[in-house]
Amino acid sequence: MNWELIFWNAIYTAINAGAAAMCIVAVGLNVHAGYTGLLNFGQAGFAAVGAYAFAIPIANYDWAWYYAIPVVMAASVGLSCLLGLPTLRLRTDYLAIVTIASAEIIRLFANSTRFTWLTGGSDGKQGWTGFFLDLNPWPNGGRYRLGAQVFDGYRLFMLVVGWSLVIIVSLLVWALMRSPWGRVLKSIREDEDAARALGKNVVAFKMQSLVLGGLIGSFGGLMLSAQTQSATPGQYATNLTFFAFTIIILGGLSRVKGPIIGTMIFLFVIQIVDNVLSQATRNDKIPGWMATTSNYSQVKFIVAGLILAALVVFRPQGIFGDRREQVFDVR
Amino acid sequence: MSGELAPAETALVPPVPGVAKPDSILVAESVRRAFGGLVAVAVDHVEVQRGQITALIGPNGAGKTTLFNLLTGFDRPDAGTWRFDGFDLAGQPPHKVARRGMVRTFQLTKSLARLSVIENMRLGATKQRGERMWAAPWVFPWSTQEREITERADALLERFRLAHMRDGFAGNLSGGQRKLLEMARALMTEPSLIMLDEPMAGVNPVLKQSLLEHILQLKAEGRTVLFVEHDMDMVHEISDWVLVMAEGQLIAEGTSHQISGNEEVIDAYLGAHHDVDIGAMSDTEAIRKLGLDEEQVSDAVEHLAEAHHDDTGEREASGA
Repeated sequence: MNWELIFWNAIYTAINAGAAAMCIVAVGLNVHAGYTGLLNFGQAGFAAVGAYAFAIPIANYDWAWYYAIPVVMAASVGLSCLLGLPTLRLRTDYLAIVTIASAEIIRLFANSTRFTWLTGGSDGKQGWTGFFLDLNPWPNGGRYRLGAQVFDGYRLFMLVVGWSLVIIVSLLVWALMRSPWGRVLKSIREDEDAARALGKNVVAFKMQSLVLGGLIGSFGGLMLSAQTQSATPGQYATNLTFFAFTIIILGGLSRVKGPIIGTMIFLFVIQIVDNVLSQATRNDKIPGWMATTSNYSQVKFIVAGLILAALVVFRPQGIFGDRREQVFDVR
Repeated sequence: MSGELAPAETALVPPVPGVAKPDSILVAESVRRAFGGLVAVAVDHVEVQRGQITALIGPNGAGKTTLFNLLTGFDRPDAGTWRFDGFDLAGQPPHKVARRGMVRTFQLTKSLARLSVIENMRLGATKQRGERMWAAPWVFPWSTQEREITERADALLERFRLAHMRDGFAGNLSGGQRKLLEMARALMTEPSLIMLDEPMAGVNPVLKQSLLEHILQLKAEGRTVLFVEHDMDMVHEISDWVLVMAEGQLIAEGTSHQISGNEEVIDAYLGAHHDVDIGAMSDTEAIRKLGLDEEQVSDAVEHLAEAHHDDTGEREASGA
């Protein structure tokens, strides 16, 4: 077994462009679920809208990337309004139902054969990342190393762009959440009737939170597809939302650094289990009833799930959370 | 309405349900709310005098909290209008009611557990520039105001003896301290009318005394207080005027002395004839005491006995 590669590949997976994109998606969800208490189970939908709203104008209509950015923002805000206006007056459970359903509608739409001309169908949408290749200051075909892991110049560029974006959105969220605006969001999470009784327009604040977190999630989705140079429906399945939830709980809900460290731990655990099982099954180091070369990728989620569950059991507040917050009886 | 009358002049107001006050801050007209077939609130007319402490009492289920919810916009009435300080507030959402200066607390305290005590207080301040999303990320648009708010909050925490808990989580406060925090937080909005829903529920006697003083101080500051309470000692001690509700209606009002002798109020709380021990009297005596017609009663009893006899007879017949 090549332990060196097992380790370095897992490290690379935890910090590569895909990790950065996942982290941005989680930062957006943290605004919803962590700070405002909005149960958004459809963050994958916001991410998908971001990727496709960027890819379609460029690939189908030859738009410049800087014109496609406003399209991404408009589409994301539009989705927020569509989801928020009917549900934010109701209890949060309704938002959860509506968001999970809408995320699936968006994914199935992108997957459908009828709209292949628009979305690329299940093969994915390509031909819109040319400007990333052009902008790259490193040679796209260049070879770079992280320990035993080798990757090309394009992935290096996307890694840098991705984590730069993470820093920008994290700073934005930090600046917003220390302000009186952020205080109102947190008070809505704790008890929205109390906020109402103090003269806060709760629905308007929830809407702003939904739009902000959705926008961040959409840019995360854009990066998620840009680093693979293809927007595919499979990237936006419901498990993206639940991975994002795992990440923010792991890092600590409503903590700015939470999603960053959460992403790294989450992806490292998943990938190292994957690598170990993959090599062990190929070299017959593991009995066949436990895992084989054909089923280890399912087994990895069982093992990784147990590890993550253990982390949460021993540190329920997450890495950066405050243990004292756990003892309060919050509905 | 004649504003030149001093608040104490409600002493001259006759204790009649729905009576007009010399200077009312809140006037409600035919407010009605039904839950299915149950009419929870049906108040024809009620006024609250400015600058006074008014108690709202009544047995459980009288509709006191429902009336609170209606007046503050937390619930929508089936019918009715009310004016607060000259503004029509019927149908307004809670945040607009609060911004007008009519602020409430809750029966079950709503402290924001995972915010610190001082953050709870700061939240209460209205017209915060930093609550606008575009102004929020930059500090300069709101830092000066935030400092003023914090000063005001600290002064209130001092007054409510919560200063030592300033930076702790509100979730760590005791039940009584949460009541104090909620009242202090409501004061951050600078209300002209503060509505307290059972401020004494679950508060120990020592804290109760200090809560009383705090409420009296609100009046001294020129604020109007309307509170729901079950603790009659407290009602007697601090209220200038008492409104009594039963089964959704305003059945009596007056000073606490006028109310304590009111036949209707006693009936509403204890049931009519609560002072009659029917079991200890002869039948005729009991019937007379309850104010019923002896002949009617004996007829009814006879009728019932017959019906019972028929019924058991039939059952025996079918059983055989």
